Amino acid sequence: MTLRLQARKLACERDDRWLFEDLDLDIGGGEVVRVEGPNGSGKTTLLKILSGQLADYHGELLWNGEPMRDVRQVFLEGLLYLGHAPGVKVTLTPLENLRWYQALGGGAGGEQACLAALDEFGLAGFEDVPAGQLSAGQQRRVALSRLALSPRPLWVLDEPFTAIDRDGVAALEARLIAHARQGGCVLVTTHHELAASDVLTCIALGQGARDA
Amino acid sequence: MWSFIHKLGSPKWFYGISARLMPWFWVAAAVLIAVGSVWGLAFAPADYQQGNSFRIIYVHVPAAFLAQSIFVSMAVAGVVFMVWKIKVADMAAAMMAPLGAAMTFIALFSGAVWGVPTWGTWWMWDARLTSMLILLFLYLGVIALRGAFTSRDSASRAASVLAMVGVINIPIIKYSVDWWYTLHQPASFTITSRPAMPTEMWLPLLIMVLGFYSFFIALTLMRTRSEILRRESSKRWVRELAVEER
Amino acid sequence: MPRGESRLIDDARLASRGEPRTGLAVAVWATLKRDLTQLARRRGDVLNPLVFFALVITLFPIGISPDPELLATIAPGLLWVAALLSALLSLDSLFRSDFDDGSLEQLLLAPHPLPMLGLAKVAVHWLLTGLPLALMAPVLGIMLSLPAGSYLMLAVSLALGSASLSLIGAIGAALTVGLSRGGVLLSLLVLPLYIPVLIFGAGAVQASILGDGAAAHLAILGALLALALMLAPWAIAAALRISING
Repeated sequence: MTLRLQARKLACERDDRWLFEDLDLDIGGGEVVRVEGPNGSGKTTLLKILSGQLADYHGELLWNGEPMRDVRQVFLEGLLYLGHAPGVKVTLTPLENLRWYQALGGGAGGEQACLAALDEFGLAGFEDVPAGQLSAGQQRRVALSRLALSPRPLWVLDEPFTAIDRDGVAALEARLIAHARQGGCVLVTTHHELAASDVLTCIALGQGARDA
Repeated sequence: MWSFIHKLGSPKWFYGISARLMPWFWVAAAVLIAVGSVWGLAFAPADYQQGNSFRIIYVHVPAAFLAQSIFVSMAVAGVVFMVWKIKVADMAAAMMAPLGAAMTFIALFSGAVWGVPTWGTWWMWDARLTSMLILLFLYLGVIALRGAFTSRDSASRAASVLAMVGVINIPIIKYSVDWWYTLHQPASFTITSRPAMPTEMWLPLLIMVLGFYSFFIALTLMRTRSEILRRESSKRWVRELAVEER
Repeated sequence: MPRGESRLIDDARLASRGEPRTGLAVAVWATLKRDLTQLARRRGDVLNPLVFFALVITLFPIGISPDPELLATIAPGLLWVAALLSALLSLDSLFRSDFDDGSLEQLLLAPHPLPMLGLAKVAVHWLLTGLPLALMAPVLGIMLSLPAGSYLMLAVSLALGSASLSLIGAIGAALTVGLSRGGVLLSLLVLPLYIPVLIFGAGAVQASILGDGAAAHLAILGALLALALMLAPWAIAAALRISING
């Protein structure tokens, strides 16, 4: 699996405030990259830029050596992004939620794959309960089970540990590291301490608010 | 090519060039409007049907022209901003919107005043006036949308998209209102479809229209310049400018 | 071109995807099905606009006069205006829940053209709002003594026109979905753009009462729909991108 996400002199200005400037990144397969920084330092914005959602940045962004703007489609096919909000419909059951994501992302395996993914995240028996009746942690697990559903090389996860119990956190952490070991790449923000590992690297976004 | 366009759009460059252009437009506006109004109000012959009340066209028509043109230029500025990310275009668009709404209001108000001697009532659902009223709502929508966002970047983009959607709709609205009006035909006389005017009548009108356009350009330049200073107040060139002026 | 490398990634990615071409159809179909399922579970969201429609129609005889002759003359316009307002009522929720729970973000990140996915959502809105309103309108027409012979035209014009209303309205809904109090603003943005559809829709019903010209009205309604189908999805996509990053 080749994958390489590079940023050169990345800078982001939002409403006349520079969130970060002159950021150089070179992220490849086999890495778990943790983006660190205080509140308001632009972690979420950086993840949104690196996941191709925000086109409003200065500098260059390359996906496998090609400018992101030109290969957006290919890039999105290899990306799995989980944001602050879980993206789970409360009126639908976990299974229906996953089926939609499967169809949207072109995942294979049909219903069996969805059930297996839900099972992996401890949701066996809850497949057909409307997601609105699940707890916040369980809803988060529904979103996270997409990690098992479709094999995407690049995972961009914004605070994925929110509302997850202790066992779940450990399992998820192991899953992130396993993904990197298989050649995938994980970009993650979290306030939870990740256990030291040879695949773990950090990017510090620092100074917070700064005038232009 | 691109770098040229961006240079053209840099706030600093625009600030410089507009300083040189602005006085000319102010002078042109003052002279044209003065000549046009004196000629139109005092010397042009009275209308054989409407007498002196027709003279309100010297305000109504230029305002109506401008009301439509400003919306189009606002949409063009929106396109320029969205495609080339030129911030000056957005600043100009933001400054144009209230001006356009004001012009639309003037056109509506003068139309209403004109209606009193012509139709004997302040308001008639005349095709031109109805279109103008809808245009006013479109302007108010753009202004309201821009004001509703907390992030200025989002506000600029949203207002640009709405202005583009609006400008595609304006001709459709205009033609459908005309169609609607001809089907219902409540009045036998419209202010717009007039017999050919004699030269002594339309020449001052033309001068007034040109005067209004110059006024609009001058005012937009002026307002955009102050908006540039406001938005770029933290940039070095503005600070240096402030030091120089002092 | 990134062909070589992207092939490599595709192959490496476990050859999990079907043909790329069928992907879009699958995604659009899944989105349609998902939204229909959701609304089937929240029937109130579908029924409320219909009840609102009936209620507004009830207000007019009470507010104006129960005289059947008077009601018959204003019925086409009343029915159209009330249907238009009812369709407007449900617009705010078009993207709202997707925005709140984060699935809109995911929709934007799907490897498919956003205009097509947006179109799927608009189609659901029309199927569950515009179409039921069109089917219900003849019943309310009876209550307003709508002249015989125009009932079919009322339903057809509403079915056709409300598709344009859903498309245009979705632009407004997409622009305001990021704003916490977007509801009133949405009406302000969208209603002026609805006017051409209203003119030709109500015109079609009126024309069928008078006996001729209804076909021309319908043809124009069709043309408006074609235009909206071509342009609105792009505006919706652009607006959604702005809202999600606000």
